[in-house]
Amino acid sequence: MRYHSPASFEDAAGIAASATGTTRFLAGGTDVLVQLRSDLVEPDDLIDIKKIPGVKDITQRADGGWDLGVAVAGAEMTETPALMADWPGLVEGMDLIGSTQVQGRATLVGNLCNASPAGDGVPAMITAGVTLSVTGPDGTREVAVEDVPAGPGKTTLTKGEVVSGVHIPARGAHGGDAYLRFIPRTEMDIAVVGCAVNLRLDGDTVVEARVALGAVAPTARLVPDAAAAIIGTTLDDAALEALAAAASAACQPIDDKRGTIEFRTDVAGVLAKRAAKIAYGRAKGNAA
Amino acid sequence: MSKIHVTTTVNGDEAEFLCEPRETLLDCLRDKLHMTGAKEGCGTGDCGACSVTVDGRLVCSCLMLGVEAEGKEITTIEGMAEGDTLHPLQRKFIEHAALQCGVCTPGILVASKALLEKNPDPSEEELRYWLAGNLCRCTGYDKIIRAVMDAAAEMRGEAA
Repeated sequence: MRYHSPASFEDAAGIAASATGTTRFLAGGTDVLVQLRSDLVEPDDLIDIKKIPGVKDITQRADGGWDLGVAVAGAEMTETPALMADWPGLVEGMDLIGSTQVQGRATLVGNLCNASPAGDGVPAMITAGVTLSVTGPDGTREVAVEDVPAGPGKTTLTKGEVVSGVHIPARGAHGGDAYLRFIPRTEMDIAVVGCAVNLRLDGDTVVEARVALGAVAPTARLVPDAAAAIIGTTLDDAALEALAAAASAACQPIDDKRGTIEFRTDVAGVLAKRAAKIAYGRAKGNAA
Repeated sequence: MSKIHVTTTVNGDEAEFLCEPRETLLDCLRDKLHMTGAKEGCGTGDCGACSVTVDGRLVCSCLMLGVEAEGKEITTIEGMAEGDTLHPLQRKFIEHAALQCGVCTPGILVASKALLEKNPDPSEEELRYWLAGNLCRCTGYDKIIRAVMDAAAEMRGEAA
């Protein structure tokens, strides 16, 4: 295994593009090192992107949105109160991943690119409308988070491409988001179902919404039908039931020891309702 | 395969070693610097026995490569006592019998110290969540929690 620590994303992309064997990018390493140790993946070229300037920066843009460096760890996000105030659901999704020790290293982009269907960081990135800069041999392009996962362990990024920036939209007025997951214990587990909701209100009425589910399909997915079920409503009981039905209808889960198809499908609806209520409360300015 | 030369700081002292790219920081601490306080329990970041801090941040040294330590400030359990004087956490672990086999203990002490530096007055719930990544198969955790809460009270200058 060759270890590289390039000083720019262009160099990182160049190394990856010219590599002939297995390549991995190293940021937090909380998945890459586990795969290395278990002999699942022994990269021929390991490209550490942490020497690239700016990868640990958290910056609020002039428009109120946020730019995160790709090596920003979960703990650094939870230590940024203004980011948490804007995007509590996004931050709490990231914060659910692993232990304190893992939070010291693990990153949003790593969670996305590891491409587990159950990654807790992904659904709320999707509902927030996060976009990524992706640098490759032909330059840098912007891509929506929901277009990155392609299946368990697979992304749509092509050879030589590396995520080089994370862009979170401005929160704006009267908005709120939330992420909930079901696990059989209270901490340190993999989501059986995850659900994120992001919405905006005009008065009491939901005028914009995005709903995403994790762990119930080969990838985390945006569920437009679930969002449509609550847009134009005051999140009354009928809207919540329609939301739950749409969320459950979007599920294509597997049966495994952590949850059956029937259970995951049902719980997706339950979590959608609960997450929507939390997001609604946050949009109204209630204490989270 | 060519080895990489790494210069780092461990418990305030400059340290250097040669390592292969795939060797973890834990491997390097134990096998090259002969600091065997950090333990390998699982090797996959689940048990916390290898906990150290890197630039003040609590991490699993099994989930970090030795080469990533270049230019970093590492602290390990070996840096916790001042000479023969135990850190209050270490003393309280003995007083409360908060260890049996001892494999998890260095990691739990390092993790607890990191918490108390961030929050000198944690609630029991905060402490239990903070230590959720440190597994102990002997004690049932209760004595560990009592020892840390007692040490925190002493460090705040409160009578226990």
